[in-house]
This record gives sequence, structure tokens and C-alpha cells, in this order.
Amino acid sequence: MTEVVRLSNVHKRFGDNHVLKGIDLSIRKGEIVAIIGQSGSGKSTALRCMDHLEIIDEGEITVCGHTFGKGISSADLKKLRQDVGIVFQSYNLFPHLTAEQNITLAPRSVRKLPAAQARKIAADVLAQVGLSDKAGCYPEQLSGGQQQRVAIARSLAMDPQLMLFDEVTSALDPQLTGEVLRVIEKLAAGGMTMVLVTHEMAFAMKVAHRVIFMHEGRIHEQGGAEILRNPQTAELRQFVSNGL
Amino acid sequence: MNQEQALYLLAGAWGTVLLSALTFACSALLGLAIALMRVSGSRAVRSTAFGYINVIQGTPLLVIMGICFYGPSIFGAAETSPLFAAVLALTVHAAAFLGEIWRGCIESVPRNQWEAAECLGLNRIQRMFKVILPQAFKIAVPPTVGFMVQIVKNTSFASLVIGFAELSYNAKILNNSTFKPFLYFGAAAVLYFLICYPLSWFSLRLERKLTIARS
Repeated sequence: MTEVVRLSNVHKRFGDNHVLKGIDLSIRKGEIVAIIGQSGSGKSTALRCMDHLEIIDEGEITVCGHTFGKGISSADLKKLRQDVGIVFQSYNLFPHLTAEQNITLAPRSVRKLPAAQARKIAADVLAQVGLSDKAGCYPEQLSGGQQQRVAIARSLAMDPQLMLFDEVTSALDPQLTGEVLRVIEKLAAGGMTMVLVTHEMAFAMKVAHRVIFMHEGRIHEQGGAEILRNPQTAELRQFVSNGL
Repeated sequence: MNQEQALYLLAGAWGTVLLSALTFACSALLGLAIALMRVSGSRAVRSTAFGYINVIQGTPLLVIMGICFYGPSIFGAAETSPLFAAVLALTVHAAAFLGEIWRGCIESVPRNQWEAAECLGLNRIQRMFKVILPQAFKIAVPPTVGFMVQIVKNTSFASLVIGFAELSYNAKILNNSTFKPFLYFGAAAVLYFLICYPLSWFSLRLERKLTIARS
């Protein structure tokens, strides 16, 4: 049982707003964790802290063997970013590059792979997300769901040990949501360690090994998917009854 | 207007084109450096660029022109050539404006593009040159071309201080000896238009090309 993520007493403030009030969390290799909670509960912030996109005020984080608190050495940060893939709600594809170029950019620039090898990787990951025929398309020629799948492929191209998903289906209609969730399910079946911040309760129940309910900057309740059917705390009960 | 006078006017137009082209090239390099300095991570570098922009934008071009032409001889340097002094002055002036225009373009690329590039492990220079600048370039085309047209017209300052023979200067000389201001300044206006219009046309084409490339 290898630990991929460990958060110890993590605090984060935005000015006077105390967003994370001491998060302790451990995620082992191959585990799929869904983080749910209301807007403002700190779930996206917690996720972003794991990739050092938000700098924590207190506590310690270890991700893929890289430990950091407030600061991190640039060498460690570089390795962290290579070991962790993150996908955002707004896709954030580079609009001036084709799907393939979006994917090959990091392997070529960061891992310094030759063009042919990077293109081979792009072909592989595009096939994984079912978009082999879209390699030459620019982002604006793709639907939201296709853009999000390219964004997932772009992260996979760096061969990450951990994938973070930050409300990746929130901007999509139900049909497009379905095609993105199927890609994530496939990754799950492949044994990828994943943390998903999501509003898709049914999906969280289906793929997650563990569900974490955040409330007011703390982990309020956690457990297997059954906690969504049988919540122990009043807050989760209310959250679930609103969501279903 | 006889042939000799027409050729004299055209020679002036050539002076304007030459001065403009050299200024475009030099101020693009300096302007890009200023823009990159303005978005640098280092406070000292940002402040330096900010100071430069403020001082230059607050100084009349005529004064910069005078300093560039007469300045070197004050310090005992050999006489400055009018072309060199004019290009130097226009570059110093234009770079301050281009730097600020391009900083705005760089900053108007959405923040999440920086973030996405960062998460892929690209370092700061790679993020800037492979992700941000190509997107900023497209945004920058219209204001940059607009400013280039301004530069073309600003080259006429070179004749006022330095006596560089460009279009306005030669039109004035012809008027002084013939007293036909409407003819010569009118002809100069047409030539200015013929220099500037292709720039605007090229800008439109470039914008269209950058858009069509992805649809």
C-alpha cells in the first residue's frame, strides 16, 4: 500500500477568508477519491493545493514523494508537475495549437522528447479518449466534451502518477458529461490514482472508492459510496437530499 | 509640378519609408523587451520598465529628437548622422508605447492559460514564448498596426529638428520656392496615404489569416 497523497493539518486563507481549516487526508496508490460539498466548502482549493497551485499557509503536503509546505524548491515543483496531471472545469486548451500540438507541447518542451516520439504518445492518448480522428483540429472546432477529453489526453501524455479533476463536467450538458465520465471510468479501470472534485453524485457513487464530504473548510464526513445513501451527519444528509 | 519637383517629393517619400522601416524594426525589439520587463516576476525589472515608459511617454517627441541629435556632441562624440539620430529618437519613443500596448495584450491572455501551462511543467520562459505570446500576438495586430501608422506620420518630426529629408520636409522646401502649398502638401498627403494604407490592408489580411487558420 503506497501512499500517493498525504495532507497534514493543511490550512489555507484568502485574506480573512479561512478556506481550509486543517485538512488531514491520505490517499493510497490506485485509490479513487471523490470530494463533494457545497460551493465555497473548500473542495477545489484542497485539490489545487495538491498541485501547489494554491500555496498553503500551514501544514504539510506530500504528493508522489514530493513534500512541501509554504515553499517548494523549483526542482521539486518541476517533478511534482510532471507526476501530477490536473484537468480543469474550463478545459484550458491552448487555442492557437491543434489537439495534437496541445498534447505534444509538454512532452517536447519539458521531457525533451523528439517530435516523432511525442506524436506517437499523442496518438496513443488520443486513442484512449476516443478522439484519434481529431488530432488536427483546433480547440474551437471541437465540442466542449471533446475539448475536455483532449485536456485529459494532454495530462495523460506526461504519464502522471496522480490525476486531479476539478469539476471537469460542470460546464457540459448531460450528454457531453457522459462522454467525459466514460473516459474517466476507463482510467479508473486502468488503475489510475484519481481525486475528483465533482457534483455528479451518481458518478461519484459508481467509481469512487471513497467519498469525502467537505463542509466549511473541513472534512465533515467520509467513507465508501454508501455514505451518500446513508449519511451520518445532518449536513451531508441535507446536501444529498438537495442533490438527488 | 515638373518632373524634377516630383522626383524630389518621391525622394522625400523614400526618406519617410526608410525611416519608418528602420524604426519599426528597432522599436519592435526594444518594445518587446519593455513589454516582457513589465510582466517580469522581479519588482525591480518591472519598475525600471514602468519608469522608462512614464518618462518617455511624458516627453514630447520633438524634445527626444533634439536630445538624440545634439546630445552626443555635448559629450564630445563625433557629429551624429541625421538618419541615426532620427531612428534612435523614434525608437526610444515608439518602444515606450509599443511596450505598453503589448503588455496589455500579454495580460489579456486569460490567467488560466498560464495555469494550464504551469501544470504541464513548462517553465516561465516556455510558458511565455510557447503559450502566451502566440495568443497575445493575435490580439496585438490591430493596435500595433494602428501605432505603426502613427510612426509613419511621426517621422515628419525628424525634419523639424534634424533636417532629415523626408516627405514633409521636401514638400515644405518645394512650397517655399513655388508658393503652391495646396499642390505640394496635397501631393505629400497622397503619398502618406499610399505608405500607410498598405499597412492597414496587411493588418486586415493578417487578422483574417490568423482566424481562418483554425476554422
